Amino acid sequence: MNNLLGLVPSILMMASPILICALGGMVSERAGVVNIGLEGLMGFGAFAAATVNVLIEAVMPGAAIWVSLLAATVIGALVSLIHAFACISLNADQTVSGTGINLLANGLTVFFCQIIFHHERTNSFRQGMQPGLGGIYPTAYIAVTLLAIVWYILYRRPTGLRLRACGENPQAAASAGIDVKRLRYWAVFSSGGFGGLAGGCLVLTQTIEYKENMINGAGFIALAAVSFGRWKPKGVTGAACLFGAAVALAIYVVNIPALKALPAEFFNVLPYVITLITLVLFSGKDYAPSAAGQPYEKGSS
Amino acid sequence: MASEKRGFVDALVASNGAMSVLVVVLGFLVGTILVFSVGRDPANMYRAIIQVVSGWDLIRGTWNARYIGEWLVASVPLTLCGLSMAFAARAGLFNIGAEGQYIVGLTVAQFAAFVLPPIPVLHWGAAVVLGLLAAAAWGGIVGYLKARYSVSEVVATIMMNYIALYASRYATSFIPGTNTYKTPSYPVTAQLSNSWLESITNGSRLNYGFFMALAAVLLFWFVMEKTKLGFAMRATGFNKDAARCSGINVERSLTLSMAISGAFAGLAGVIVALGSFSYGRVLAGLDNYGFNGIAVALVGNSTALGTLLAGLLFGMLQSAQPLMQSRQIPKEVTYIISGLVVVFISLRAGIGLVIEARAKAAVRKGAMRNE
Amino acid sequence: MGEKFAIEMLGITKVFPGVVANDDITLRVRENEVHALLGENGAGKSTLMSILFGLYDADSGRILIRGEEARIRDPNDANDRGIGMVHQHFKLVRNYTVAENVILGVEPRTRLGNIDLRSAESRVAALSELYGLSVDPRARIDAITVGMQQRVEILKTLYRDADILIFDEPTAVLTPQEVDELMAIIKRLRDEGKTIVLITHKLREIKAVADRCTVLRRGKFVGTVDVAEASEESMAEMMVGRAVKFRVDKREARPGEVVLKIEGLSVKGAKGNEAVRGLDLEVRSGEIMGVAGVDGNGQAELIEAITGLRRPSAGRILLSGKDITENNIAERVHEGVGHVPEDRHKHGLVLKFRLDENLALKTFGAPPYSGPLGLLDSKAIAAHAEGLIAQYDIRAGQGPATKCLSMSGGNQQKAIIAREIDLSPRLLVVAQPTRGLDVGSIEYIHTRIVAERDRGCAVLLVSFELDEIIALCDRIAAISKGEIVGVVDAKDASEREIGAMMAGLRRAAVPGRAS
Repeated sequence: MNNLLGLVPSILMMASPILICALGGMVSERAGVVNIGLEGLMGFGAFAAATVNVLIEAVMPGAAIWVSLLAATVIGALVSLIHAFACISLNADQTVSGTGINLLANGLTVFFCQIIFHHERTNSFRQGMQPGLGGIYPTAYIAVTLLAIVWYILYRRPTGLRLRACGENPQAAASAGIDVKRLRYWAVFSSGGFGGLAGGCLVLTQTIEYKENMINGAGFIALAAVSFGRWKPKGVTGAACLFGAAVALAIYVVNIPALKALPAEFFNVLPYVITLITLVLFSGKDYAPSAAGQPYEKGSS
Repeated sequence: MASEKRGFVDALVASNGAMSVLVVVLGFLVGTILVFSVGRDPANMYRAIIQVVSGWDLIRGTWNARYIGEWLVASVPLTLCGLSMAFAARAGLFNIGAEGQYIVGLTVAQFAAFVLPPIPVLHWGAAVVLGLLAAAAWGGIVGYLKARYSVSEVVATIMMNYIALYASRYATSFIPGTNTYKTPSYPVTAQLSNSWLESITNGSRLNYGFFMALAAVLLFWFVMEKTKLGFAMRATGFNKDAARCSGINVERSLTLSMAISGAFAGLAGVIVALGSFSYGRVLAGLDNYGFNGIAVALVGNSTALGTLLAGLLFGMLQSAQPLMQSRQIPKEVTYIISGLVVVFISLRAGIGLVIEARAKAAVRKGAMRNE
Repeated sequence: MGEKFAIEMLGITKVFPGVVANDDITLRVRENEVHALLGENGAGKSTLMSILFGLYDADSGRILIRGEEARIRDPNDANDRGIGMVHQHFKLVRNYTVAENVILGVEPRTRLGNIDLRSAESRVAALSELYGLSVDPRARIDAITVGMQQRVEILKTLYRDADILIFDEPTAVLTPQEVDELMAIIKRLRDEGKTIVLITHKLREIKAVADRCTVLRRGKFVGTVDVAEASEESMAEMMVGRAVKFRVDKREARPGEVVLKIEGLSVKGAKGNEAVRGLDLEVRSGEIMGVAGVDGNGQAELIEAITGLRRPSAGRILLSGKDITENNIAERVHEGVGHVPEDRHKHGLVLKFRLDENLALKTFGAPPYSGPLGLLDSKAIAAHAEGLIAQYDIRAGQGPATKCLSMSGGNQQKAIIAREIDLSPRLLVVAQPTRGLDVGSIEYIHTRIVAERDRGCAVLLVSFELDEIIALCDRIAAISKGEIVGVVDAKDASEREIGAMMAGLRRAAVPGRAS
């Protein structure tokens, strides 16, 4: 039992980036824009955080972590504007555009690693994020705070009511005088920020540098969490914790003698298998925002 | 005024070929600007590209056919993964699982190389067939899940990619004599290499896979345009509901489409495994042919000829990477160009949607045309 | 002139790609009147009102509201000017409550800036009471009836203090009783000082409630008449440009054996609800059986069960005595079930395919259109299409190679009907065949359906337009809440009686039902 309880900080560490990213995905999809590019946005964020941290950790110890996270958030938000512009203003195919962002991420991040660090990865930083009370990283608190903020805005503020309407029936929102495109821009922009932040959290808590393919599907797992969680904050949180637990188990299995006999790859695969199974069992297409994925054009009925 | 501008855009979009060329040119343009802005010489990028396509080293003034051979070697898996995504796209599916299907084909081929009896021609022939079937099954599963349970193939195939990667690592470790990154060398009969092809390209790795890829392109075109299976798939891809209403078995079409799609990617894996290498590999990461295949299919507009041309184009970019790297151009610029191309292409798909919506709305409004 | 006009739209022109929706139209609506805007499908009425409401921008022309020049760029501008629109296709968020839908965009706030849902609900309740709308502000939209949803649309305009209300084809989705209720509400709104514009193509309603009527035809203004002085016939003639016959010429029906027999059919709808419950019906060869009912009473699910798109949870379907309940769609096509679907773009055609491919959509898998190895014979497919194009007068710019996307609605529907009839079906299921079509196409399609009947086909016609059913059918079955509540002969039927059955208020005999 002790072993399992001891896993909680690790589960939280793994789940936090997934949850943060999933919250962004949820906001974007509730507004009607599917953001497949979250994987790439996490990559951009991770790269930005690692790079900034390496460059300034000597100069401002302690604060460097927070500045890096801020950089990650900003970069993620800025890159998502490409996706937003393509999908919202130019009515691009949202899945294709998002895939393009993912391809760009791998390319651009390592490209700049080569330019800045002359390697195909960033340099290692010396000081990542430090765990706090009980071994729990600050990212967990960040995730919970963001969860509360998102819930409050979505369900208590006029902006949230309008945003959710944009995803369900943008024609209805438009006829009520709401600027659907502007609201969707904000949604995608925020989701980009969340994605970048998630990537930053990932790299600063789980490793010491950024390298190619580091995100390894975490962004897609976050997307699956949105779907599994039925696009509601509570459900998404539960899903993120479940997937985080699977990832945590993969790494910390060495501490559990009974499971040590299984090959390492079994645990590597576990999060993806669980995600796949939940997709099959709980593919709730009826719960998705009705207009998600469709380009919105003024005057079409 | 606005309608005039729209007319030009309509014509541009209508010509898919023009759109593809434009998008590629834009991608290269942005890539060039990027390289320039970080202080590297873009000319090196283009010299590298010219070198792999023509064999001419413009700096040293020498000619070496090996570059052309390697260009074709790189184009083969890209074209096949492009065909994979294109085939699924025609049926309305967004299959980004070519990466995983490729790995499955590769892994099974590696196994077949050691397990099957070393009979000339039949050895690699059987390996190809087994690899195809395994990859088809890998893809078919997703097709079935989609048809039956409406599971999004986008996320499902990504998960299958990673599952394939780790499963491949685990399975390959069972081949006797395997260390952490490679197996022993293949028996000669398992390899796809051909000495004549090697000699005319001055020692490149060009192999039988090249001809298989060409055959695959022809097969793609034939099945899609000339058979009733292709008809059913295209109908399903354009309008699943109408297809179903006409008696077409949509579930079967979707599953078959993903299976065939998987087979194309699997063939790529087999060819790389048995043609480009003389030993099996314990994969450390993704080879990325699958992901770049997405760009290939999109630029090729999911047609047979288009995918072939796009495959050659992206093969050119990929095989130029080592040359670029040696001239201080980070090789990732090719991935950046791919990514930009995909983003730009998404606009075309979106513009197409908008045009269709407008046409439908206009039709609803008027009995005025064609009357 | 010194007259007080609430709305003046002067010289409005609006062009979409390939079609002139509004051609220099002038419309004047007086204060405090009910003004009808009449025209057939495609005449431009909805476009004109969408411009007034700010959903579209006019290419040229001016708008004056109460004498003042107005630039209406979006619905907010329209709302500021007191214009509200009750849309034909409701603009409601299905999983919000009534109150949330009404306040969307103009949410009342608490001091902290949060949504003040309580004050919203009480205001909605008050408005509902004032105008006799009886709507519960807490109800979820997807849980209330269509008639109720329409009242929510009306509430939206009233909440925003609109005094000019535009109703876009409001009665398409209502039972005859609900139509009466709506007419009463419209009169009450006018009595309370509102100005009403009623977009419709239903002449009877115009006579019932409108003061004046403006007629549009093919995007052009035809004339404005005083409704009290005009007859339905004269308005119809203005609408179409020639004398219109209200009845379809047809011979007496000569029904033969029972072709379609449905016994105790139960079908679950998409949301898991019991859409069809214990339904019995018989259709004989050589007759047209109409199914009259308001949208949402199980018609869609009934058609899906007959054609094979949905499995029933109980009951049997027999085609000429053979049980086809378990057959899949391809088998039913083979057995002779033809289907002209309600949504021609969704179920009828693959728009991106060519005309000949669409005409072969059900037959491509077998000879002569494909050979033994699965190879398609494109020449045969094209030749087949040529034949049908000639026979059915389908206007297609490039012949068999025309992309269906570029064909007009009428010709698309002709293509579908050609395809189905060409297979000489034993049973032809037709749903909403003339929705969105011009009068010429409507007449043609009615003629074809009657011809099929005379050939001996059994025709099952499902339509929400009671006029169409009474004009075309030999017998009429009324459907309400998933059951057939009565079958009457068209000759003897009255609209009142059928309307009462549709609303579930009356029952009649259903031949073939085991008692």
